[in-house]
Amino acid sequence: MTASNTVRKVFRNPLAVAALVILVVIVLASVFAPLVAPHSPTALRLDKINAGPGSGYLLGGDGAGRDIFSRLLYAGRNTLTGAVIALSVALLLGVVSGLLSGYYGGLLDGVLGWGANLLMALPTMIVLLALFQALGSSIYLAMVAFGVMLSPGFHRLVRSQVMAVKHELYVDAARVSGLSDPRIIGRHVLLVVRAPIVIQAAVVAGIAIVVQSGLEFLGLGDPATPTWGGMLQDAFTNIYTSPVAIWWPGLTIALTVAALVLLGNAIRDVIQRTERPRKPPKPPALVPATPDTSDLPLLRITNLSVGYPIGNDYREVVHGVDLDVRQGEVMGLVGESGSGKTQTAFSVLGLLPPGGTLLGSSSIVFDGRELSRLPDSERRVLRGRRIGYVPQEPMSNLDPCFRVGEQLVEPLRAVSGLSKQAAVVEALHLLERVGIPDPRRTFAAYPHEISGGMAQRVLIAGAVSGKPDLLIADEPTTALDVTVQADVLELLRGLQTEFGMAMLLVTHNFGVVADICDRVAVMQDGRIVEVDDVRPLFARPQHPYTQTLLGSTLEDSTPRTRLEVNHA
Amino acid sequence: MFRFIGRRLIACAVLVVVIAGITFLLAFSGTSNVARNLLGESATPDQLAAKNAELGLDKPLLAQLGTWAQNALHGDLGISWFTNEPVSQAIANRLPVTLSMVVLAVALTALISVGLGVAAAVRGGWLDRVIQVLSVAGFALPNFWVALVLVVFFSVTLGVLPATGYVRLSESPGSWAAALVLPVASLVIGSTASAAQQVRGAVIDVLRQDFVRTLRARGISPRSVLFRHALRNAAIPALTVLSLQFIALLGGAVVIEKVFAIPGLGTLTINAALQGDVPVLMGVVVTLVVLVVIVNLVIDVVSGWVNPKVRVQ
Repeated sequence: MTASNTVRKVFRNPLAVAALVILVVIVLASVFAPLVAPHSPTALRLDKINAGPGSGYLLGGDGAGRDIFSRLLYAGRNTLTGAVIALSVALLLGVVSGLLSGYYGGLLDGVLGWGANLLMALPTMIVLLALFQALGSSIYLAMVAFGVMLSPGFHRLVRSQVMAVKHELYVDAARVSGLSDPRIIGRHVLLVVRAPIVIQAAVVAGIAIVVQSGLEFLGLGDPATPTWGGMLQDAFTNIYTSPVAIWWPGLTIALTVAALVLLGNAIRDVIQRTERPRKPPKPPALVPATPDTSDLPLLRITNLSVGYPIGNDYREVVHGVDLDVRQGEVMGLVGESGSGKTQTAFSVLGLLPPGGTLLGSSSIVFDGRELSRLPDSERRVLRGRRIGYVPQEPMSNLDPCFRVGEQLVEPLRAVSGLSKQAAVVEALHLLERVGIPDPRRTFAAYPHEISGGMAQRVLIAGAVSGKPDLLIADEPTTALDVTVQADVLELLRGLQTEFGMAMLLVTHNFGVVADICDRVAVMQDGRIVEVDDVRPLFARPQHPYTQTLLGSTLEDSTPRTRLEVNHA
Repeated sequence: MFRFIGRRLIACAVLVVVIAGITFLLAFSGTSNVARNLLGESATPDQLAAKNAELGLDKPLLAQLGTWAQNALHGDLGISWFTNEPVSQAIANRLPVTLSMVVLAVALTALISVGLGVAAAVRGGWLDRVIQVLSVAGFALPNFWVALVLVVFFSVTLGVLPATGYVRLSESPGSWAAALVLPVASLVIGSTASAAQQVRGAVIDVLRQDFVRTLRARGISPRSVLFRHALRNAAIPALTVLSLQFIALLGGAVVIEKVFAIPGLGTLTINAALQGDVPVLMGVVVTLVVLVVIVNLVIDVVSGWVNPKVRVQ
């Protein structure tokens, strides 16, 4: 995204425009204070001591009879200068050290990272107070020190961004073409980190204003120069005689800092493309389903359409899928990624990702019951008991905080109402059944302590623990090592025969289909293009897309076999 | 687990030593005027030299650091230049006051922000938007100004709560609580706003994880998925947020103490800073850094206990 593009998008956000206007007004009013301010910031009028707003002084007079409004304008200069000092120091230190850390890595990165951690452990306010005199009793020098303490934020940000782009091809290309390190950093790396730095800078400037005002409020600062924090101190001293005076400097600080934060947020939203979370549009009502109820198989999907909210509309990603899965058969659902096969599987489970909605006259009849119109509380009763689920990626599908055993025992108890001891016995038995060599050890292990293959066996054990009639397996072997894949498929086939389960197996791999499926449905772009028994489909694929898919599988199967042999 | 704690302990000790060293060198490098400040303009050069020798300021900086460190290890943080009170004693008297305020504030922040954050993550809607707005407001409103507004409203206008005057818990629990309401409230308002926002983010992240879908596919109740599994996973980022809030609240308490005239560590620090009472400042910094380090260590250990995966990183 180009810079001008980002700026244009930010300006489409009315809140960001308001924030920018406020900032510009505050900065201009501070810079041109001598021209704008009606009075001198130091002119005393005894009759205006703690005077209320209006009486000749726009916002009233302070404890010494000076014009609060004029002092606010002049104070802006000093407070904003302090913030600019802290921000500049933090930027300079943090960005340079972050670039060095990220680009060169190694020992330098270690040392700088340690320094950043050290600074982040400091209670900043206390340290600033402690060093105030040693630093020369100047608020500006204190802000230099504060800038140093704020630099780790930039350091970390820049470092992680640089690490991310360091190995991008264009940076490699620049290095190969002989560009010097500083030029690569300047030209390629800084360009990428520019936006996050701007966002962080807005936040840091806000913090600097608040902390500086805090120090001045405590009386650290030059009493002769007006500052927002110093004005608050004066208002605090006179809080019983003129309570209204605390509002002006306080609101000015709050307004300035809020404007900075809102501006930063708006830029972040544009760059990360995270639109403000808006309410999804009301999904269109489902049309009454008219599935063919003669000769019902275990699962009959009719005219299944799935959509996701985009703007004020729903965009369909699955368009009218019809699919039967019969009792005890293995149905393969094949297609490329994005073909809608996983969406179809999740629809049966009733676990579509947030926003996913069934549309039109979608119908899912399972064991004679229409599922698509049931509330989630009733569908939940079926999950685990009647319909099991084996996920694709084993490691991310186990809760890292719980032992493997607990993750089997809890669903077992929820589904079959077993006592704790009975559930433990059953879980150990299941682990043994899915071929885990030392069930007790795996039972007591945390997910990060077992291998991917073991984790997938655990997940399969969990999926069949409720003795479901239908097992939905979403690419169950894709994330596994080639050597483990065949074992897991064999296990699934064995369990399927043993329990007499039907299985809906989602995969992109025709090898898997050939190994284990009875029938297969081929999906493309949210539609099923061909359904047939496995043998005829492999022998005589009818649809051109099936032919292409089969062709590509055959083409690359030969070298892959050879590679496997080489690895062994 | 013990090796994990051991590694952290060593890292923490090094951190304390380095920070103490740097702070000492910075703070004690500007002490040329101390004797003059203490003795007044009329002091003779001989008297100044004698005072410097008495305070140990005539020795090289590194030697001073050595002496200070040796004493500090025995719990002796030196003597205040201005009040002649032992620094350790001054801190021991005031730390409980500040801590009671900060601990109360952190506990309330944790309670409220977890409640709000989880509700916003699960429910969304208006509550979610309110928290978004509050998080900006909490950041933009300096807590000492919030304190002033509270004083104007509850003490000056309504007169229902005391604006100043700290009462020890042992003297009168009721007055102690009444005296802490406004200070703690002014700390909690800001910290809750930002913590709730971060808890919300953490819970949303966890609820998007694959294992949540798998747990739901197993027929586990939504309540167990949210409170047993999602909350436990979200606890780690939430704990990190709280430890950062603790550090921030320690700093915030300093300023708040000034508003409510609470005789805690903050008041001690401010007075020492205005006078240039370096031994007191040094003692306060070291005490607080040790405190921060201990809190971080506890958070690390708790995180490792909540999520065993953290231990192996």
